[in-house]
Amino acid sequence: MSLGEQELSELKSKIGRDPTSTELQIVAAEWSEHCSYKSSKRHLKMLPMKGPLIINEKGYDSGVLDVGDGYVVTAHIESHNHPSAVEPYGGAATGVGGVIRDILSAGTRPIAIFDGLRFGDIEKDPHARWLFKNAVTGIADYGNCLGIPTIGGEVEFDECYQNYALVDVAALGFGKKENLIKNHAKKGDLVVLMGGSTGRDGIGGSQFASDSLESEDRSAVQIPDPFIEKLIIEAVLEARNDKLIHAMKDLGGGGLSCAISETADALEIGIEMDVDKVHTRESDMNPEEIMISESQERMLIITSETKLKKLEKICKKFGIGCSVIGHVKFDNQMHIKKSKKTVANLPTDVVANATLLDLPSTKPAYLKTIETEKKFKSISDYSKILIKLLASPNIASRIWVYGQYDHEVGIRTVVKPGGDASVLRLDNGRYLSAKIDGNPKQCYINPREGAIGCFEEACRNVVCTGAKPIGMLDHLQFGNPNDPEIFWTFLESLKGLTDFAQYFEIPCVGGKVSLYNETPAGPIKPTPVIGVLGLIDKQPSIPQKVSQDDCLIIVGDTKDELGGSEFFEYVHKFVGGKCPAVNFENSKKNMKSVLNIIKNNLAKSVHDCSKGGLVIAVSELCMTNQVGCKVSLEKVPGEKLAVDRILFSESHSRYLLVFEKKHLKQAESLLKKGNVSFKQIGQFGGDKIQFTNGAQPVINLGVDKAQKTWSNSLRDLVLNS
Amino acid sequence: MKVAVIVFPGSNCDRDMYHVLTDVFNLDAQYYWHEKELPKNIDAVILPGGFSYGDRLRAGVIAAHSPIIKDVQKIAEKGIPVLGVCNGFQILVESGLLPGVLLKNESLNFMCKWTNLIVENNETPFTNQFELNAKIPIPIANGEGRYYVDDDTLKKLKKKSQIVFRYSEIVNGSSNRIAGVCNEDGNVVGMMPHPERAVESEINPVDNKPSSLIFESLLAKMGVGN
Repeated sequence: MSLGEQELSELKSKIGRDPTSTELQIVAAEWSEHCSYKSSKRHLKMLPMKGPLIINEKGYDSGVLDVGDGYVVTAHIESHNHPSAVEPYGGAATGVGGVIRDILSAGTRPIAIFDGLRFGDIEKDPHARWLFKNAVTGIADYGNCLGIPTIGGEVEFDECYQNYALVDVAALGFGKKENLIKNHAKKGDLVVLMGGSTGRDGIGGSQFASDSLESEDRSAVQIPDPFIEKLIIEAVLEARNDKLIHAMKDLGGGGLSCAISETADALEIGIEMDVDKVHTRESDMNPEEIMISESQERMLIITSETKLKKLEKICKKFGIGCSVIGHVKFDNQMHIKKSKKTVANLPTDVVANATLLDLPSTKPAYLKTIETEKKFKSISDYSKILIKLLASPNIASRIWVYGQYDHEVGIRTVVKPGGDASVLRLDNGRYLSAKIDGNPKQCYINPREGAIGCFEEACRNVVCTGAKPIGMLDHLQFGNPNDPEIFWTFLESLKGLTDFAQYFEIPCVGGKVSLYNETPAGPIKPTPVIGVLGLIDKQPSIPQKVSQDDCLIIVGDTKDELGGSEFFEYVHKFVGGKCPAVNFENSKKNMKSVLNIIKNNLAKSVHDCSKGGLVIAVSELCMTNQVGCKVSLEKVPGEKLAVDRILFSESHSRYLLVFEKKHLKQAESLLKKGNVSFKQIGQFGGDKIQFTNGAQPVINLGVDKAQKTWSNSLRDLVLNS
Repeated sequence: MKVAVIVFPGSNCDRDMYHVLTDVFNLDAQYYWHEKELPKNIDAVILPGGFSYGDRLRAGVIAAHSPIIKDVQKIAEKGIPVLGVCNGFQILVESGLLPGVLLKNESLNFMCKWTNLIVENNETPFTNQFELNAKIPIPIANGEGRYYVDDDTLKKLKKKSQIVFRYSEIVNGSSNRIAGVCNEDGNVVGMMPHPERAVESEINPVDNKPSSLIFESLLAKMGVGN
C-alpha cells in the first residue's frame, strides 16, 4: 500500500527530493483517510465545539468536560469496522482498546464503555450471526478483563451490512482537573514507548481501513491483549500521580508514524528516534514495519531524564516494556534513524497535515422517489404483528449481549443497561448519563433528518434519566467519499447535526469519521452514530415498579412518519416513506417539560418512544414491570391517523410517562404550563397488553407471552439457528 | 482493625473493595501488591475480583504462585479471616486454600446478572450476622464461575458445613448450586458473587442490607461494634 501518484508528487515537491522507502510508508499511513481526515476535515469545522464546560488542551485524543467541583469527564468514540468485518473477535476487542487509550491519554481513568454494533440480516445469513457473536465476545473479553463496565450501546441488523460489520466503541473517563496531562515538552526531554512489544500485526491497518473492503487482509488486523492494556492503565495513572508525564499519546492507526508526527506537530517540536530502540516481538523487522505496525497496547510518553528512572520503576513493577526510543528537538522534524543511519527525516507538519480535499457532492438520484409509499397488504391481526416485532432482531431484548458484559464493575452503575440511557455516579455527588444512537434506515431515506433523529433520540434517552445534555460525540460512517452522491449524504448529515447542536447548545466534544465502508456489493447506508452525555445535579430518575392503576401519559405528537420504521421494513419489507423529522422548538419544549416532571419527582417511570413506535414502547414498559396496560389509540395526540400509523409511527420527541394517580393532576398542570402536546392514553393493570381504537379492540396480548418472546429471541437466533 | 486488600497484576475490583471497606464500613484497609510481604498484625485479608494475569492458563492459577500467597497461607493457618471474591475465590482454590475448582460457566459465556444467595453456614467470620437460609440479592460477573467438586468431596463439604452460600436458582451449573465455600476451620471463605457491588443502596436495585451483613459479620468477629 502506498501513496497515489498525485500525493507522491506533492510529497516530493514539499520535501524537495525523492522520499526514502521508510518515508513513503510513514506518509502513506499518515495521509490515509483514516489518520488524516482529508475528505472530511474542512467540513467538520462547522460543528460547534466550544462551550462553557469544554476544556481544550492541545494534543488530546478525547474531549474533556468540566463536571464541577474540580472533576472532569473525558469522552471519545472510535470504530473498528474493517478489522471487525474480517476478524470480528480481534477487531472488536482492539476497537475497545484503542478508545480506552484515548481516554487514558488525557490522564483520566476510563470508567465506561459503550458499543454500537451493526451487521447484516442475522435471520438469513449465518456469516452475519458469526460476526455478531464474535464481536460481542471480543468486546466482552476485552472490557471485562480491563474492569471497565460496558454499560450501554445498540445493536442493529440491516442488509446493507451484509459481509460487513460496524463496530463503534465509545468510552468515558473521569478524573480530577488538576491531574489532566498538560501536553508539553522541554529541551532534553526523552521519548518513551511504553507497553506491549511492536510486532507485525496491524501493518498497514489505517490504509486497509481507508479503502473498500475487498480483500480479507488479516495481517492488517491487530491482536488484542487486554491484560497488557490493564497494566498500562495502572502504570500510566501511577506515573500521572507522580507527575512523570510531560506529554502522552496512544498508538493507534498509523502506529509510531502517526504518534510521533502528530505529537511533534501538536507541540511544535521535533523528535529524533531510533527504530533499533523499539522493543519488538520479532527480531528481523525492518524500519518501515516498525514505524507503521499497529500493534496494540502501546503509549508514547514524553518525560525528562530525571523522571525516567521513576517511570522505568513503575513499568518494571507492572512488567511492561519501557524503551527510550528518542528525544525531543526543536527543529520540527521527525528524524527516524536505524542505529546511526537516517531512514526518514521529514518536517512534522508535512507528515501530520495531508492536503485537505474538497470533494464534489450531488443529491443521490434514489432520493427523488424514496418517500412514495406503495400499497400495503391490510393487516387483520395486530397482536400477531406485535409478537413478530417483539421477536425481530432489531427490537428483541439485548440482554443476551449486555449480559456478557460486566456492567457493574467500578461500582458506579446506578441505572443499568437495558433501559433508555445508563447512569453512573460521580465522586462529586453528581451523575453522568450517556447513550449512543444510530438509525441508518432513517438516514438512508433522509440523511439530514435521519442524523438529527439519532441526535435527538440520544438526547431523549438521557433526558429520560433526568439529565441535561451537555455534550455530543459524533461518529460519521459512510461509503466511498469520492462518490459525489455518498459525499452529499455525508454533508447533509453533518449539516443536520450542526443545526441541532447549535439550536440546543450541545457542543461536539469528540468524534470520528469512517469512510470507505463498502464491500463489492456496495456501500453501507449512511450511518452516523451519535453519543450524548448528560449531567444530573441531584437525583437521577431511576425507574420504579409500575403497578396496577398507574396512569400512562404520552408527551409529543404522533405523525404520519413511518419511513425507515421497523413496521415498514420488517413487516412490509418496504424501504421508503416519510422519514420522521424533528421540530426543534417542540423538541426543546418536550425535553424541558419532561426534565421538570422528573425534577419534581412526579413520574414513576419515563421511557423514550422510538424504534417500533408507540406499541413497542408501551410493551417494553409492560414487560419490564410484568403488568398489563390498556391504551386508547384515539386519544393519542397528533395527526388523525389510521390505526397502524399510530401504533408504529417512529415520530421523534415522544416520551411515555407513568404516574401514580395521586400525582396525575400536578403532572398535567406542569405539562400544560410547559405548553407541550400530551394526553393520558392508558392505564396499567391486569396481565394483557391491550390497544383499542374507540370501541374497537386492536391488540390483546398476554404480557407473559410477549416477555418470553422479547427476552429470548435474540439469544435463540444466535445460538439455535 | 487492619484489612489487607491484595492486588495482583490484573485485579480490577480492588478499588471497589477498598472503597467499601474504608468509605462504607470505616475500616483501616490497605492495598498490598502481590510481591510485597504481609505484616504480622493484619486482622483480615481480602483477595478481590478481576482478571489476574488476564485469566491466562486458567483463572487464578498464575496468581496462586505469587509471593504473597505464602503469607496468605500462614495467615490462614493462624485462623485469621480471609475472603476471596470472584477471581480471589479462584486464586484461593488454585492455591489449595479452598477445596474444589472453578470451571467455565455452563453457558460458556461471561455472565453479569443479579441473583440470590442462600446462607448455608452462618458461623464463618463473613456470615455470623445472618440467619441460616437468609437470602442475599447480589450480582455475579464471571466467565469461570461454575464451582465443581466430585461427589465424595461434596459429601465431605456438606458434613463439615463447608458450603457457605448456594444460589437460589440454577445460575451456571455449579455442583449443588454452590456459590461459596470455606475451609475446614471456617476462617477462609471464597465466593463468586460480588458483595462489594451490593452494599450501597444507590447501586443495589433490590436490597443492600443482606450484603452489608457480610462485612458487618467481619466487624462483629473483630469485636468492632457498628
